[in-house]
Amino acid sequence: MALKVLKPGLLTTVQDLGRPGYFHLGIPMGGAMDRMALRAANLLVGNDEGAAALEAVFVGPELEFTADGTIAVTGGEIPVKIDGEEQPCWTALAVKAGQKLSFGFLTSGARIYIAISGGIDTPPHLGSRSTYAIGALGGVEGRAVAAGDELPVGTSEKAVAPGTSVPEEMRRKPGTPTELRVLPGLYWHRITDAAQNGFFEDEWKVAPEADRMGYRFKGGRPLEFIDREQPFGAGSDPSNIVDSCYPYGSIQVPGGTEPIVLHRDAVSGGGYFMIGTVISADMDLIGQLQPHMPVRFVPVDMDGALAARAERRTAMDRIRKELAGE
Amino acid sequence: MKTRYSFGGDEHIFVEVDEEMSLDAFFKSLSITNAVRDSAIEGVTEICPANASFQIKYDPDVIAPDALLEKLKSLESAAENAEKRIGTRIVEIPVYYNDPWTHETLMRFRDRHQDPDGTDLDYAARINGFETAEDFIVAHHSNPWFVSMVGFVSGLPFLYQLVERERQLQVPKYLRPRTDTPKLTVGYGGCFSCIYSVRGAGGYQMFGITPMPIYDPTQEVNYLKDFMVFFKPGDIVKWNPIDREEYDRICAEVEAGTFTPRMAEVEFDLESFNADIDGTNRKLMEALYGA
Repeated sequence: MALKVLKPGLLTTVQDLGRPGYFHLGIPMGGAMDRMALRAANLLVGNDEGAAALEAVFVGPELEFTADGTIAVTGGEIPVKIDGEEQPCWTALAVKAGQKLSFGFLTSGARIYIAISGGIDTPPHLGSRSTYAIGALGGVEGRAVAAGDELPVGTSEKAVAPGTSVPEEMRRKPGTPTELRVLPGLYWHRITDAAQNGFFEDEWKVAPEADRMGYRFKGGRPLEFIDREQPFGAGSDPSNIVDSCYPYGSIQVPGGTEPIVLHRDAVSGGGYFMIGTVISADMDLIGQLQPHMPVRFVPVDMDGALAARAERRTAMDRIRKELAGE
Repeated sequence: MKTRYSFGGDEHIFVEVDEEMSLDAFFKSLSITNAVRDSAIEGVTEICPANASFQIKYDPDVIAPDALLEKLKSLESAAENAEKRIGTRIVEIPVYYNDPWTHETLMRFRDRHQDPDGTDLDYAARINGFETAEDFIVAHHSNPWFVSMVGFVSGLPFLYQLVERERQLQVPKYLRPRTDTPKLTVGYGGCFSCIYSVRGAGGYQMFGITPMPIYDPTQEVNYLKDFMVFFKPGDIVKWNPIDREEYDRICAEVEAGTFTPRMAEVEFDLESFNADIDGTNRKLMEALYGA
């Protein structure tokens, strides 16, 4: 079984749950931007939750199947077409050899996940099939898929009845504005009280520079720094620090103007100060934000972050139970 | 030095050993991260040392954030007394300074630079009080450097020059980061040199390029067959200035699989270094090139 790529879409990559363990060498964990969507897509086709699938940004690819199987498309809401006939997303769909998969226009979200029974079986690299294009790791020769590629597909272990779906209320969609919860910290003390308040008061918009490495935001007021003599080795700009590690989800603000939230393909460190970190529960949501969408950052404390994390776990468990027919 | 702990969301603890760069801060950070690794704390998933700080990634479903924080603090006091000595290697890295490729790139991004009418090398020379770029280049490669961090992108080393503070070179980063940097550019920002392991965005000033790959995901380069990343924290580097002819020769050797970087096993002891910097560096050079 293989998936033939007829048209690649805008940027379609093989992703699983990533390759932890190499961040100290500058190789990020990577993997699906929207983890819950990837897990759900895999469950819908009978795969392990962490099997490799395709992640497509904004525009769906066109694919042809070389054997019968089951597919599911999750993440953003998008019309799914099999041989031109429209099918629902977030649903197990039977496909036959020779059939073609294509897509309409995305109606919400930014990324879709296309899982196929058996999982995409490109060679793993450092324990993962996730494509990390900057380091040319994983995926198809370390790059996004291209027209003419034939993606190998593994053997399916478990069948799911076609038509099985994740109910609408269990899917997570970005709101308007989307609220991203932030635990302030790291170099938060470097900006004035007014700047701290302003960061949370202002409405921000996703900038066009938004990708797997990080999402940039525009539109809020510039941050004002507390005066200091720059520490030796940091560099002269008040937003410079002695190059340090960057947490996933951390918010750096070069020059104090446009916040950048690092995502799954994060750079592992650098010399810009950070004002806090988007909590783990809201990382998936960032992957579904399109440029120009309004966003507000909302402060939480550690208890709030852990409660949100538990809530996400419960939501995922509900999907697992639903699809297990419990 | 005052250690500062901060949570990076619910999955990271960020620890700043010192605000400013020093080898003392690096060694303290290294000692604590080694102690964390040796303690094999359940729930810790990534241990990332940096120049004067470090970061621990953990699973809060396995270990409570506050419990891990307390554990790290207890390891910090134990690490204070750790020996500041490592067994490591010194490696010669050939550098073609003022090469045509970084020159082309830096001209393309002049509007993002402090000195739109000059070059990165001329600017760095001037603000560090050198008459000419050539003098600055000599100051860049005369003494060995210490890899104090690996990161940013795949296997990129940050290097700190093994000289006292008064002799350190400092330059700011670009006003706005470039969207392009040639692969294997030797860069500079703050007090750090770096080698861009892959092509991509970057904010460091650009001084030259090395013909020696330091990251190879295909692991075809003969000295990267065991692991795709060349550098690790604690490595010592000697820049060796080369011209175009030698650059081309080394590129061909790398391609043919016959290039082997010159290197030697050495010990580095921070106390001996601080007591006699020039003497320590002389010994490092002797280890690399023979007495």
